[in-house]
Amino acid sequence: MMTDLYQSQRAMRQMRQQALQRGVVAILDVGTSKIACLVLRFDGSARLSEDNSIGSLPGQSGFRVVGAATTRSRGVRFGEITAMQETERAIRTAIQAAQKMAEVRVDHVIACFSGANPRSYGLAANVALAGQVVTEHEVARVLSACEVPDYGPGREVLHAQPVNFALDHRSGLSDPRGQLGQELSVDMHMLTVDADAIQNLVHCVKRCDLELAGIASSGYVSGISALVEDEQELGAACIDMGGGSTSVSIFMKKHMIFADSVRMGGHHVTSDISMGLSVPMATAERIKTFYGGVHATGMDDREMIEIGGDTGDWEHDRRTVSRAELIGIMRPRVEEILEEVRARLDAAGFDHLPSQQIVLTGGGSQILGLDGLASRILGQQVRLGRPLRVHGLPQAATGPAFAGAVGLSLFAAHPQDEWWDFEIPVDRYPGQSLWRAVKWFRDNW
Amino acid sequence: MRPLDETTPRDPAPSRLHYRMQRWMLTPGIRLGLRIGVPAAAVFAAASGFMADEQRRDAVSMFVAEMRASIQERPEFMVSLMAIDGAGRNLAEDIREVVQIDFPVSSFDLDLVTIRDRIAGLDPVENVSLRVRPGGILQVDVTERLPAVVWRSRDGLEMLDETGARVDSLTRRTERPDLPLIAGQGAQRHVAEALDLIAAAEPLGGRLRGLVRMGARRWDVVLDRDQRILLPEEDPVRALERVLALNEVQDLLGRDVTAVDMRLGARPTLRMSEAAIGEWWRIRKINGSGH
Repeated sequence: MMTDLYQSQRAMRQMRQQALQRGVVAILDVGTSKIACLVLRFDGSARLSEDNSIGSLPGQSGFRVVGAATTRSRGVRFGEITAMQETERAIRTAIQAAQKMAEVRVDHVIACFSGANPRSYGLAANVALAGQVVTEHEVARVLSACEVPDYGPGREVLHAQPVNFALDHRSGLSDPRGQLGQELSVDMHMLTVDADAIQNLVHCVKRCDLELAGIASSGYVSGISALVEDEQELGAACIDMGGGSTSVSIFMKKHMIFADSVRMGGHHVTSDISMGLSVPMATAERIKTFYGGVHATGMDDREMIEIGGDTGDWEHDRRTVSRAELIGIMRPRVEEILEEVRARLDAAGFDHLPSQQIVLTGGGSQILGLDGLASRILGQQVRLGRPLRVHGLPQAATGPAFAGAVGLSLFAAHPQDEWWDFEIPVDRYPGQSLWRAVKWFRDNW
Repeated sequence: MRPLDETTPRDPAPSRLHYRMQRWMLTPGIRLGLRIGVPAAAVFAAASGFMADEQRRDAVSMFVAEMRASIQERPEFMVSLMAIDGAGRNLAEDIREVVQIDFPVSSFDLDLVTIRDRIAGLDPVENVSLRVRPGGILQVDVTERLPAVVWRSRDGLEMLDETGARVDSLTRRTERPDLPLIAGQGAQRHVAEALDLIAAAEPLGGRLRGLVRMGARRWDVVLDRDQRILLPEEDPVRALERVLALNEVQDLLGRDVTAVDMRLGARPTLRMSEAAIGEWWRIRKINGSGH
């Protein structure tokens, strides 16, 4: 089973290498409300700016966004693909527009999605070193010694990142290679998702004549782009409020140590408005984005919103609603989402982290007054996060709704070492079993 | 699938075909092919289609030829006469005979290199330069070879310049009495040495008849009254100067001597005429000092 995982992920990693060599790769954020596509061109070298100062933040340089396109997503619910044809068409639209803007043909795609019930596992292993020095081989050995929990059938490992190495009594090593010691132990974070969701996405991408060069969890990549460096280092939670699902990811020492998702998002707020005011979804979405909020004041009672309609019935088409009423519809749902997030964070033991920083990002975080509401529910240290600035990103794609896409670009440029990036230890190869039998025979007789 | 309702906006998604098409058009190879390959192919096809008919092919080549001719035969390019500078009358006639151009002719049709080679092939021509001067004149600048000696061989008399190249032939020696005469096998290859000897023999004045190359290896100076000075192979000029010095002091060549043999520098030898020897014996007998 593990060899299988190694192979599929390694194949994807190889594809990514190819894409980087060719210099062009597409980023696809398959969300519930929109599908965003960025086309990145890698120029290979991290350049300084003209005046020779360090212009960009680390991790941003080396690539440039040459094409960007967004399209309304179809056939996606809760961050999972439910109607393949529709989603394929939506992906095609986004890719085509981005290609047209970039004027370059893209063959490799790195995708992320938010749903599919991500589940985190902490893995640990401990081996005695064969020699004194920690070699690459020893690292691979300790990684493969991790006991993989039974995550159930129909699940697939999406990320498996070594988070921490410890050598004898020294913990917190990020790279133990070359150091001296007796005993090497590792902590690893593994994220599994529903295999069907991945399969559907792979199939959709294949149908668009593209090669999938990597998959990432949306919570992880939006954490990369929305959390600043010290937050990633000291510990912070990134809450990406998307359309159909809200991803939660906790970062510590620049590694993701927990990820989860709440199957509620901005779409539920919209549908509440639609039902509460009996207006179509499109109108509800418009009202939400223009007048929405979560804190009612006395002024809001007097501000009347025309909710319109085109039935021909004058009374029906001239309906108005006060802003306070709208807020009254939105607030319980937003509170529910945030409370659910609170529950997930509590379950993950976020209280025990040294820093309790929480960053809200994603399209849903643009609701007016959300930070005030969130600080009541989630704790005092809440801020609204926007994605990092990257070269060439159009102004329209710099909002918090693009945290996932931007994070995925950063992830594509600087991928983190994962389990399968280390060589498979020799004794894992099936061909070696005979040799081991012979060795045992010789040792014992 | 039936659309959900009629008010659903038009599907913005491209069809699979359209999508593939666009990706095709973004492929660099195909873009290049369309930008360069297709126009090139079209031009080629049109040209070959036009040229397929023999009549049109002829018309095109005729048109090109006419065009060429009309440009070449403009009066600016016409050459109407040839001017020869630096050549004597005989040589100028020879050159005109050799070149043979029907004037007027277009300067495009003149092959100056060939004409130049042909003129340079003439014996009396040392150097020639050719150019078309403005005004339609073919200017030939010739440097003639100057004859330095007359060479008498079995085939007749020829004039040679100082390098031994042939200039012209002579019918009689008296045509150029000013030039010295050389003769003998291989004499034409050592004209420079002969000229040195002649310069050294200046004191002899009119008595010098000429030089004879003996055995293709050394020179004899021939004087009138059948006198000869036999010079060695090595350093003949010094040997000649010794003889002339002797002549200066003792009037050697004025006496009844047939040959002065200088071939062995250490032992110059005189050959006297028969009458002189007889006279000499008679005198010795009178003196009674002989045997």
